Amino acid sequence: MNRIGLLNKLWEFQNKFGYISENAIAQIAQKLSVSKIEIEGVVSFYHFFHRQPTGKYLIYLNNSIVSEFKGFQQIKAAFEKETGCTFGSYDENPLFSLFETSCIGLSDQEPAALINFYPFTHLTPEKVKTIIQQLKNGNSLSFISSNPTSKIQYIPADNKTIFFRKYEMGIALKKLKNHTPNEILNLISVANLEGRGGAFFPTAKKWKSCKQSDSVKKYIICNADEGEPGTFKDKSLLNNLPGLIIEGMIVAAYITGATNGFIYLRAEYSYLLEKIENTLREFQTNNLLGNDILGIPKFNFNIQIQVGAGAYVCGEELALIESLEGKRGEPRIKKYFPTEYGYLGYSTIVNNVETFAMASRIIELGTNFISTIGTKESKGTKVLSISGDVAKPGIYEIEWGMTVKEILHLCQATSPYFVQISGPSGICINNTEFDRKICKEDLICGGSIMVFNNFRSITKILENYTQFFKEESCGICTPCRAGNQILHEKIKKIKKGICTAQDLEEIKEWGKIMKLTSRCGLGHFSANTLVMALDKFEGYFNQKIIKANENLNVEFDMEAAVYNYDSLIKDTQ
Amino acid sequence: MKNCSFKIDGRVCTAEKGLNLIEAAKQNGVFIPTLCHFKHLYPLGTCRVCTIKLNGKSAAGCTVHVADGMDIEVNTPELLDTRKAILEMMFVEGNHFCPSCEKSGDCPMQNLGYETGIKYTRFPHLFIDRITDARPKRIVVNQNRCIKCRRCIEEVKTFDGYKVFYSVNKGNKTMVSIDYEQEAKLSELQAAHAMQICPTGSILVKGKSFSKPFGDRLFDAVNEEKMLPVNGLKKHRTTAKKKIVATTSLAGCFGCHMSMLDVDLGILDLFEVIEFNKSPLTDIKNFTKHCDIGLVEGGCCNTHNIEVLREFRKNCDILVSVGECAIWGGLPAMRNTFPLEECLKESYLDSMTSEENETIIPNHEDIPKILNKVYANHEIVKIDHHIPGCPPDANHIWNVVKHILFQEEYSIMHPKYKYD
Repeated sequence: MNRIGLLNKLWEFQNKFGYISENAIAQIAQKLSVSKIEIEGVVSFYHFFHRQPTGKYLIYLNNSIVSEFKGFQQIKAAFEKETGCTFGSYDENPLFSLFETSCIGLSDQEPAALINFYPFTHLTPEKVKTIIQQLKNGNSLSFISSNPTSKIQYIPADNKTIFFRKYEMGIALKKLKNHTPNEILNLISVANLEGRGGAFFPTAKKWKSCKQSDSVKKYIICNADEGEPGTFKDKSLLNNLPGLIIEGMIVAAYITGATNGFIYLRAEYSYLLEKIENTLREFQTNNLLGNDILGIPKFNFNIQIQVGAGAYVCGEELALIESLEGKRGEPRIKKYFPTEYGYLGYSTIVNNVETFAMASRIIELGTNFISTIGTKESKGTKVLSISGDVAKPGIYEIEWGMTVKEILHLCQATSPYFVQISGPSGICINNTEFDRKICKEDLICGGSIMVFNNFRSITKILENYTQFFKEESCGICTPCRAGNQILHEKIKKIKKGICTAQDLEEIKEWGKIMKLTSRCGLGHFSANTLVMALDKFEGYFNQKIIKANENLNVEFDMEAAVYNYDSLIKDTQ
Repeated sequence: MKNCSFKIDGRVCTAEKGLNLIEAAKQNGVFIPTLCHFKHLYPLGTCRVCTIKLNGKSAAGCTVHVADGMDIEVNTPELLDTRKAILEMMFVEGNHFCPSCEKSGDCPMQNLGYETGIKYTRFPHLFIDRITDARPKRIVVNQNRCIKCRRCIEEVKTFDGYKVFYSVNKGNKTMVSIDYEQEAKLSELQAAHAMQICPTGSILVKGKSFSKPFGDRLFDAVNEEKMLPVNGLKKHRTTAKKKIVATTSLAGCFGCHMSMLDVDLGILDLFEVIEFNKSPLTDIKNFTKHCDIGLVEGGCCNTHNIEVLREFRKNCDILVSVGECAIWGGLPAMRNTFPLEECLKESYLDSMTSEENETIIPNHEDIPKILNKVYANHEIVKIDHHIPGCPPDANHIWNVVKHILFQEEYSIMHPKYKYD
């Protein structure tokens, strides 16, 4: 066993024993010749690894904001009532252990939970009762679990659809035979493909850099660690078109000369594992993976799947690489691009699921076709996951340039008020901005739109986001680790109703400091929505703030401050 | 190696190409403060105190390697304030009680606090309960003080190459933990090295933490200024009216008041230009006049403190928090990491001397109620100025007061900042 296999080894223990014991850690540490604390550090970084015994059924209930608005609290109470366990505690129940988890990619079917990584969607207290009863009766999980497939609600006209059109294995790859790697790279470059994970870095530039690297080995990594709350578009691609993604990776390998690839699949999507593995096997049988692919001499490429273990920050490419290497998923300092110094120090390409799928379609459909679709800067279509207060949540493939209003109309949003674009680390917009277009020229979108109507509490939304970042920060740099905690204190103040205009000003200033000083994107953007919302929903916050007593200038709630004392005295009398 | 030329704050500098910016700047006479950077260590980029701007984009200075043509900003007002903010974040995230810390005076973080002139933190203190682990053989790890810089993780290894420290958990629960088995293998020298590279008082070696006496420590003020009477007051004697001063001690130890008295005979000069109203020094219990300035020692731990503070705010034009307790809670705030219930039960019901069912938690309509935590004064009312120190020295206090009352220029030199 070596270090890069650490995550898999830990999964073995976790799956077999329900937790990773002191003994297991000692064993692994000895094998790897590292100190126990180092293994402990890795284990404790990922929230699906446990250090104490758990029950036979591990229940992870999603606590993202969409879930919260769809009845999270009742479902949580129902689970506790039916199982007799408490969320987040190791109460030695032999059957059940309950935990909250951040978004599991089922925002269109909330409230949702994973039980031993089998999905259960559209939960109601009654449904929970039935499920727990069935499990107690020993019914098999695969039998009673829900179908997690997200409904594809909309695709453009046939001549404008790119992703969700007919697919046959090898549809893009067969074109490789007649073109040199340079020609293929040129196609990607002409089509102006940009990273669809949300950073929109020019793909051709990244691939070219890897191609030109003289690294002895090269790696292609597909980032399927879609952790941004409210996002499930990659899941739909992995579920419907796994082959298309794999072809994209093979195209990248053809261009760069990489010999090995990884799909870093988030553990929340474990139920897709079998499907992807089967597809990989089919590719191998058809000589589309392995050695001398397509009969092209020395074109060798293999793909492995690595299952993550629950860490949002691993969606950051440098953190993902660290995680693949069997370490804590902490972003490296941005000294080198992964194409210069990536996985194990070799030149590495990390791209999002959708980027690879798009690359395949570019090769298959040709750049002429693609160039007729979309706007000047954003070519083609975009897969969006839409959730929240809409009648038709699910997957939408839209042509770049569609307005927010059109989208809201399509998904039948009911009195939309607060719309979150690209998840909590993206931006929020108000109803004056609904004419904005989803494209690079105007409103760029990584793939998620969450719609909230005017009955929803903005404070609740923002608190949920901040809580999420507070827990999911990797903890390596001060501004992100401490900053999100500090901002949470401010939000608590808003909730308590003792927030002044001064407090809101401070939130803005502090957000700026976090943005300026954080180490990676998580810290750069975690205060974004909060700061933005203060301006965009000024009316709402003006009602929230109170004019402090002029003389004192600060608002203080003395009653709340003596509450503990009063109740203690009452209890001990 | 080739030299390269780059700009720091508009000034042309030269250094060996590829050199770490922190070192390169130092060679050119520019000091970039940092807490995680440590000589030969691969840049850690964890503390972010050294944030600079490289060609207009912000970056951690320790992760930058100088090259030709770089345009670097170090000491712009924005960056200076940002650096201060990051340090303040560290102070509020941990529980840094300098007056009770073994490392005080030898602590780079404390010193940076002085350097950057932190008088109070803009952020609320988080007061999270953290452990002090004394189980290791030679070392005590105090999580209250750890800033997760990771120097120890990279630097402290056993002879056979095993790491002794490592990060565990993530997010707000991240901490640097110690491996008992490996720690036991450390030599005395290695343990001492661990304590030495820790930029705070988080890693201490048992029996060695006080080996260097206070006063001889690295960042202790070298030549203690002689206690001078408050000079230059006479010229204000002609001012038509005497200025009126009020003072009080809330949840404090009266140490700041004692310190005020350290002006000795200077107080007589003071009396010529100021007059005390409500103050323990005069024993005037209630305000009889509106005051120009109110000096408040101590924070707020009960309802009475709050009432007094609010009264001060009403009766004083300018309100000054004097000393650490007033500024952020100070030593009394040590209880803030525990629930009030635990504190009171421990003191009154479950203490060694209390007999079961014989004692109660004091309560009566005449005695003030205890607040759920100790609050800083600026959380209760607006505070105009803060004088840091535990206690601040007499000259410092009176110079600030003089400055406020008579608009006299007075620049506070960094040795005046003392949190211990």
